Amino acid sequence: MSAENPITSTGGPAVRRSVAAPTGGTDTSPAATAIPAEGTDTSSADTVTVARGTDTSLAETHCEHTRESGAIPRTGDSVTNRWTVLHGALRWWPIALLITLLVAPYSALPLPGLLDGPLGSPGSLQLLALCLLYGALATGYDLLLGRTGLLSFGHALYFATGLYATDLGMLELQLPFAAAAVFGVACTVLLALVLGSVSLRVTGIGFSMVTLAFAQAGSILVQRNPGGATGGEEGRSAPADLLPSGLLGIENTANLYWIAVGYLVLTVAAVRWAVNSPIGRVWEGIRENERRVEVLGLRPYGYKLVAFVLAGALAGLGGVVYLLLTGGATPQAAGSDATLALLVMVVLGGSGTRWGPLLGGVLYTWASHRLGDLANSTAVADLPAVLRVPLSQPLFLLGALFVAVVYLLPGGLAGLPARIRAARFARSARTAAAVRTARPTGGTPA
Amino acid sequence: MGTVVLLSCTGLGLGALYFLVASGLSLIFGLMDVLNFAHGALLSIGAYATWWAGAEAGLSFWLAVPFGTLVGTAAAVLLELFLIRPLYSRPRDQILATVGVGLAVPALLMGIWGADARPFPQPALLSGTWHVLGATVPVNRFVLVAAAALLLLTLRLFLARTRYGLIVRAGVEDRAMVTALGIDVRKAFTLVFALGGAAAALGGALGGLYFGSVNPGQGTGLLIFAFVVVVMGGMGSVTGAAAASVGVGLVQQFANYYTGAGLGDLSVVVLLAVLLLVRPRGLTGRLA
Amino acid sequence: MTSSPLSSPSSVPSSSSSSQSSAAEPLLSVRDLRVVIDGLHILHGVDLDVAPAGVTALLGRNGAGKTTTVKAVMGLVPRTGRIRLAGAELSSLPAHLVVRHGIGYAPEDRGIFAGLTVAENLRLAERGAPGGGGAGEPDYALVHELFPELKQRAGQLAGTLSGGQQQMVAIGRTLLNRNRLIIADEPTKGLAPKIVAEVAEVLARAAEAVPVLLVEQNLALVRRLAGTCAVLVDGRTAHRGDTAELLADEEAARRLLGVGSRHPLAGGLRSAASPAAPAITAEVKP
Repeated sequence: MSAENPITSTGGPAVRRSVAAPTGGTDTSPAATAIPAEGTDTSSADTVTVARGTDTSLAETHCEHTRESGAIPRTGDSVTNRWTVLHGALRWWPIALLITLLVAPYSALPLPGLLDGPLGSPGSLQLLALCLLYGALATGYDLLLGRTGLLSFGHALYFATGLYATDLGMLELQLPFAAAAVFGVACTVLLALVLGSVSLRVTGIGFSMVTLAFAQAGSILVQRNPGGATGGEEGRSAPADLLPSGLLGIENTANLYWIAVGYLVLTVAAVRWAVNSPIGRVWEGIRENERRVEVLGLRPYGYKLVAFVLAGALAGLGGVVYLLLTGGATPQAAGSDATLALLVMVVLGGSGTRWGPLLGGVLYTWASHRLGDLANSTAVADLPAVLRVPLSQPLFLLGALFVAVVYLLPGGLAGLPARIRAARFARSARTAAAVRTARPTGGTPA
Repeated sequence: MGTVVLLSCTGLGLGALYFLVASGLSLIFGLMDVLNFAHGALLSIGAYATWWAGAEAGLSFWLAVPFGTLVGTAAAVLLELFLIRPLYSRPRDQILATVGVGLAVPALLMGIWGADARPFPQPALLSGTWHVLGATVPVNRFVLVAAAALLLLTLRLFLARTRYGLIVRAGVEDRAMVTALGIDVRKAFTLVFALGGAAAALGGALGGLYFGSVNPGQGTGLLIFAFVVVVMGGMGSVTGAAAASVGVGLVQQFANYYTGAGLGDLSVVVLLAVLLLVRPRGLTGRLA
Repeated sequence: MTSSPLSSPSSVPSSSSSSQSSAAEPLLSVRDLRVVIDGLHILHGVDLDVAPAGVTALLGRNGAGKTTTVKAVMGLVPRTGRIRLAGAELSSLPAHLVVRHGIGYAPEDRGIFAGLTVAENLRLAERGAPGGGGAGEPDYALVHELFPELKQRAGQLAGTLSGGQQQMVAIGRTLLNRNRLIIADEPTKGLAPKIVAEVAEVLARAAEAVPVLLVEQNLALVRRLAGTCAVLVDGRTAHRGDTAELLADEEAARRLLGVGSRHPLAGGLRSAASPAAPAITAEVKP
């Protein structure tokens, strides 16, 4: 399997990966010491390849997390086998989730604590749509951070470009909505292409700083309100007369919600397709070791630019959806806080995993809305000041949560099941080593 | 003429403020490769501690500033010991952790003292104006410039004359080799964080004079420009940061005055991007 | 490079002295040393003994893992296995504590601080200060006797020195403290033949007082200096024994060291794949 991947199979005899040793030889790398003799330490990247071969989506996510947190013991073959069966049954859960999401507007299910009104109410749908939108934005952003290893501090710029360009296309150019949306995304792609080709000339932290600088410039520009175009601090409302009537008014919230679902599906599909394409393999190589990619005669620059532009285009499209959802463009969308929020979402959920950024985006957005309510609730107001003051600040809670996740949960929430499994496996392996050795190890051959 | 002098003095004062933030940021990045997003939070902590000591606890300004600086230094040391050090083998997570602190601390300050700006106590001695070449310049500009000059001198002496200064200079070049000479470079990390935190907190305390008030977002707002200064000055270079601070402060003031508010900020940011592309290592690229 | 330009054979510890010492307890004993970087297994089982006197050579082709081995001993890369120096276990210690057990290290790239003066480079290496491992007063007399040039150039920035002068600083740093062991990683790499001779002379003199672990491609130099040697092949110890015997056995030398055969491409790919080995371009074999 790994032979198909030109990036990860360049070890050569001196530095070859330890592919699962069928003879049951132990590999005493520090990460593997918790596994007893029979456990075969498949090197992480090979595990991913194996998992891709079986095409069980959960198995892949799980293995990717294993790679994220190298300190945990890898699962052995017998365990992989058991989980493959389980994953086989569960492989359709994304479809089930999608169907659930699609029919949600028809449901009057009350979710006290989670949502204010019943599931299908406009208020709940609006919040859900925002959650899904940010989940999708985080997924797109992770194309840079988790898939290509590019730490951009300016992703909000492309979101804001899609947002403002579409809005201004309608307001200033009198374009109908569809044309304005195309105009908005086209502007975003163009900007991402220009700024990406410039910023990618520097690497590492320099890249982060240049993207931060460009985004800050964009943010200042928006607030400066050049020629009255951006509306400064107030922003600009979208013109109701140019928007399709089916997307206006509180009674049509469900339509907006479905648009958000559609945008999410599109983003997840695009990211998955890109990551599994040959380009995606090169991205993986760049993230792990850019020099190795160069040695193979590939120019990382072009591949990184593709990732940058694709992520920018997805963010621009997200801006269009945001415009519909909120009915206007506000400068907060362009600020550096917006990029930091995306960063928090991705890290919270699990960078470099398929569902992690989505999960993080949804949770973050939901939490930042609900934490605002929590801050004003009587339960918090009655607390002593030591607890009340921090709890009344959503940003404090999010910042503290972020630090906690970085610190205690490398790999994010999506890495949690794998960590628990690994911990449990290590424990059971210690106690029942004899039994396990007796059991035949089927295992999925690489 | 008066306008030019006033703009120059104000620009220098602003540049001095940037230098107080950027010098620590630059040393921390140069030595540890940590882009400290919590540096603005350290400034805010210093500013609020000074304000609290002066306005709430009733200390005189001359005691409140050392108090605020001390609190900021302590916060920086705690940050390094408990958040940065355990993530030593995960450089990206170090940056992310500082991002989290940079979000949480201003929010906490806002929770305790509200989002509104608090008027900052101005001692009579520093609240007046001086007449310089036909311009009326607030005294606090000169206080900032003097503080920044003193800091520059202190840091240069520290780097040139002390063993830890030697370790910091060597560590900026090649951290691994410093440890391979038997030196525990982590002590230098804590020291650099303490120095950077002290400078930022002093910047917060004196920034209160400059702006006349403190608010929770002040530190974060200054941080972006401090980043610009650090990159322009060459990461890890104190003298470079000083030169870049002056440049950025002056450009910003003059551009804002002559071309309209906001364009100065914009031009500085664009300048950074251009500079990074032309000279990825910054103006000096070395510690001096 | 195969014809040795060495000048004074008398001062070199003869192979008889080291073969006699190789029977004694080794000063440094490395067992089953393994290194994994970025999921790549670079070392998988290196065994190595450094004799308590004289020079022990660590040999192998490009990319065999020599530099990674010494970096692992120093604690500069994450490693597992057993590393014992005069009875003390080093394998779980960070680099600065390894050094304080009495190891002087001259790395492959010389590890000179270009922005510091020669004097500052040397002063940084002083370990006499409290917490420095009690290495005693820095022995500047020895360093300046061996390298008088370093005294003349004390105020010069090390980055402006020639390659040979930089190597003198690197070796000088290891001689400043009272070390138990000196590790020199390819000290003659890229130097002119005349300088190679000088460096060899210094190493020979240093080895009279302190045992040396020498990584070296210059086999003529190895033959002269090293009593015992270990040979790495593909990240494993493939041979340990007497240097003279190994180099006399033409077939074994060719098999283990690739003398006469060249694999520049393989060498380049491997060193690029491992971040521990900085050189992308293949080195020219001696």
